[in-house]
Amino acid sequence: MQGRLRSRELTFEEKLRALHWPFILLVPMLAVIGYAVLYSAAGGSHEPWAWRHAVRFTAGFVVMLTIALVDVRFWFRWAYVIFVATLVLLVAVDIVGSFSKGAQRWLNLGLFQLQPSELAKVTLVMALARFLHAARLEDIVRPVYLLVPLAMIGLPAVLVLLQPDLGTAVMLIAVGGGMLFLGGVRWWKFVLAGALVAASLPLLWANLRDYQRQRVLTFLDPERDPLGAGYHIIQSKIALGSGGLFGRGFLNGSQSQLDFLPEKQTDFAFTLLAEESGFVGAALVLILYFVVVFLAFFVGMRAQSHFGRLLALGVGLNFSLYVFINVAMITGLIPVVGVPLPLISYGGTAMMTTLMSFGLLLSVDVHRQVRIPRYPSEL
Amino acid sequence: MYQETDRHRLFTRRALVLGAGQLGMFGLLLGRLWQLQVTEGEKYALLAEDNRVNTKLIVPARGRILDRLGRPLARNVPAYRVRVVRERTPDLRRTLRSLAELVPVSPRRLQEVEEQARSLRPFVPVPIRDDLTWQEVARIAVHAPELPGILLDQALLRDYPHGPILAHVLGYVGPVNDRELANDRDPLLALPEFRIGKKGIEKSYDKKLRGRAGLSKVEVNALGREIRELDRDEGQPGEDLQISVDLELQRFCFDRLAGEKAAAAAVVDVHTGAVLASVSIPSFDPKAFTNGLSAATWRQLRDDPLFPLVDKCIRGQYPPGSTFKMVTALAALEKGVIDPGHEVFCSGVFTLGNARFHCWKTGGHGRLALVQAIAQSCDVYFYDVALRVGVDAIASMARRFGLGERLGVDLPGERPGLVPTRAWKRERLGEPWQKGETVVTGIGQGFVLTTPLQLAVMTARLCNGLRMVRPWFVRSPEAAAEEWPRIELPEEGLRAVLRGMYEVVNGARGTARRAKLPIEGIALAGKTGTSQVKRITRAERARGDHKRKDKPWRERDHALFVCYAPYAAPRYAVAVVVEHGGSGSKAAAPPARDIMTRTLEINPSGADLIAARSRTARG
Repeated sequence: MQGRLRSRELTFEEKLRALHWPFILLVPMLAVIGYAVLYSAAGGSHEPWAWRHAVRFTAGFVVMLTIALVDVRFWFRWAYVIFVATLVLLVAVDIVGSFSKGAQRWLNLGLFQLQPSELAKVTLVMALARFLHAARLEDIVRPVYLLVPLAMIGLPAVLVLLQPDLGTAVMLIAVGGGMLFLGGVRWWKFVLAGALVAASLPLLWANLRDYQRQRVLTFLDPERDPLGAGYHIIQSKIALGSGGLFGRGFLNGSQSQLDFLPEKQTDFAFTLLAEESGFVGAALVLILYFVVVFLAFFVGMRAQSHFGRLLALGVGLNFSLYVFINVAMITGLIPVVGVPLPLISYGGTAMMTTLMSFGLLLSVDVHRQVRIPRYPSEL
Repeated sequence: MYQETDRHRLFTRRALVLGAGQLGMFGLLLGRLWQLQVTEGEKYALLAEDNRVNTKLIVPARGRILDRLGRPLARNVPAYRVRVVRERTPDLRRTLRSLAELVPVSPRRLQEVEEQARSLRPFVPVPIRDDLTWQEVARIAVHAPELPGILLDQALLRDYPHGPILAHVLGYVGPVNDRELANDRDPLLALPEFRIGKKGIEKSYDKKLRGRAGLSKVEVNALGREIRELDRDEGQPGEDLQISVDLELQRFCFDRLAGEKAAAAAVVDVHTGAVLASVSIPSFDPKAFTNGLSAATWRQLRDDPLFPLVDKCIRGQYPPGSTFKMVTALAALEKGVIDPGHEVFCSGVFTLGNARFHCWKTGGHGRLALVQAIAQSCDVYFYDVALRVGVDAIASMARRFGLGERLGVDLPGERPGLVPTRAWKRERLGEPWQKGETVVTGIGQGFVLTTPLQLAVMTARLCNGLRMVRPWFVRSPEAAAEEWPRIELPEEGLRAVLRGMYEVVNGARGTARRAKLPIEGIALAGKTGTSQVKRITRAERARGDHKRKDKPWRERDHALFVCYAPYAAPRYAVAVVVEHGGSGSKAAAPPARDIMTRTLEINPSGADLIAARSRTARG
């Protein structure tokens, strides 16, 4: 039994050959689109965003490949440690933030700024994948057993909420919930959790920061304050709508180019893209995103280890949530929560964590034949 | 192994559910995009257009105000402005300091400019000075390379080339206030650089003068920065407005009275009602108001006890004194209580019950009839006549001559004056009318109040064939074609009254013999008035205090004179009021004579004064 589980180590050449090359080619395509959007957002200039976007992507791409070539069992072994390290960083951010009075999401590491909440989305997936990998079906059905993964989700979510960053907190909970769903937690438990959340909404409302309440209220009725909080959504919808079927043409989006659009280089990058390239361009990009998610699903389905399957689907889920929340937000389907569009929006940490998660996905795929025991001690 | 297979099967099931969910989410997003971009695309495209195009109003040039011969009284002059744009200078403070070395700018102004520039958006030009001379413009232009962000440009400023001479007639323009903004829907008013008429002609003809706003469609970004102009409509500049005033005459009147502390004069054409000159002393410089007045200057003007801001011609209300006697006489003549031959003996005092009413002439005038009563301005005669006819008949006559009511002159703020009646006193003061009050009303004292313009119009109506002219500065052609209604009065009585006025100036005993015109063959007719501002007590009269020359200014009588000329073919009427000037014959008649002389020399109406002269010679 033990002998069969322990598989042969792959050579570097075998790993290279096993890499999912279509996926690896797809990722830079999205980054190139991002480059074009940021070039347009700057009014037709490589500065200040597009150039750095390219540099960051290149760095992240190297990191992705590096992670991909590292044995998946390494990530399995260190999953908890990495997760705990992330929690420590989150606490550090909260402490620094309490000193600087105000929303604090970054740790200044001198060379670059680290946003631990972004990192948490990836490391939470790793930690939950490892936990659920070890869990047996009869364990999963025991409610008490679920307290551990719930704490794994709850801890970073609370820390992120303290920053305060509602969008990321929601994403962490959604990704964590998705992982538990994949892990086999019973349907009715999700229904119960949903009911509990609904019941606690008034309490949550009472504890929301003023700007968060504003966002929810504005979402419910953007016209309430057209020049204030509702401005983002209204302007974004106008920009999207004026793009029409084929768009206004590259660098010709009047809404975006004339600065009506706020944060067009970050959260509202997709609006600019949709204004200038129309429904056709926007749909094409959405389909590219979906292909990424589909490939992650595909990788998960052909992985031999439960850890690998969970990790791959977790990465896919995380990525599709990014896209969904961002696009739903700019089209006015959900409140503005401040989630960037992966690989297109300008922003260092999101790009880095996305590529790191892709690295893990590729690692799963490279080592899809590798069997993983329930516990690292058995490796 | 069984365990593992079970778990795998469950996982696959759940993964498919999750994948289907994700597919659904992407489908939802695509649907939403289709809805926004294709189904509702047109609606949002319209909104986008709205967003992008900003309509900017262009202030039209304000119409000029011209005198009757087309000489400009109010115009727009290019003012050279210097402004600074914060985003175009690397160091705002240093740029401002360098500018202050070239042209004088007070340190306080520099401070203000800097604060303003930092509070506004960086591309908004902030004005520093708008009254640069050519030399200063040249100096700045030469140093332009060392003054980044400094803009030189031109703006139109309202200019009143004759300054204080016409200040009350023209009024002035100033920044729009909230009340004006609320009452007027013209979008121009919302523009900060727009100036609205605040007083005088500038106010009453503001709509005509201001013109119609032009429109400039400008593409802007969300910050309001202009990208480029898409379309431009120049609008309609304001109309030039010609007013009845003769600049030369106006200047003469102003200069003639400039030596007085406070005075007013009006010259009207007796047939048309055109106001040829209207002067109020002291005056102010209307230019100071164009860009808003400094608080100190404003306070000084407002609190000046001589009220330089008030147009005394239409807002100064004075007891008319003896200039009112024609009205009293005509009221009595109309009622038939006297005829021109009616005689009264003046002993210098008129007694009514216990009350004694004095004539201005201490010894009395002796026996006299109407013509001489007017010529010598006998008070006792008119005490007697007033008592005979009663106050209500006097009031009715006064109203027909334009007293006690607004004449509807086209200047804002005209005051009605006051002509008392029994009913008025009962209503206003809750007291019955006293006979003694009728007595003093008869000589234009007591409650009676008139404005200088009313006095000029009264005189015009007396001499123009009793036509009820109304004064105006601007008249529409329709109004010009209209006939004035007539006052119906016995011919003989009126002739006696006018003869009395002729005797005032030309008679052997007239009170204004010094007002004879220096022009051969043209006679002036008029009436002096000396109105008391303070009741003379018995003790004062006994001491002779009321005739002392060294009375405090405020207690001295107002001096009035009304007149018309030529006597034989009347064309112009003049009224002069010198506040606390003392006697009408000494203080008011001489300037009135000079003003009339000048009026006849200029002869704005172009009347045939030669014919008038020959008629005078015959009569």
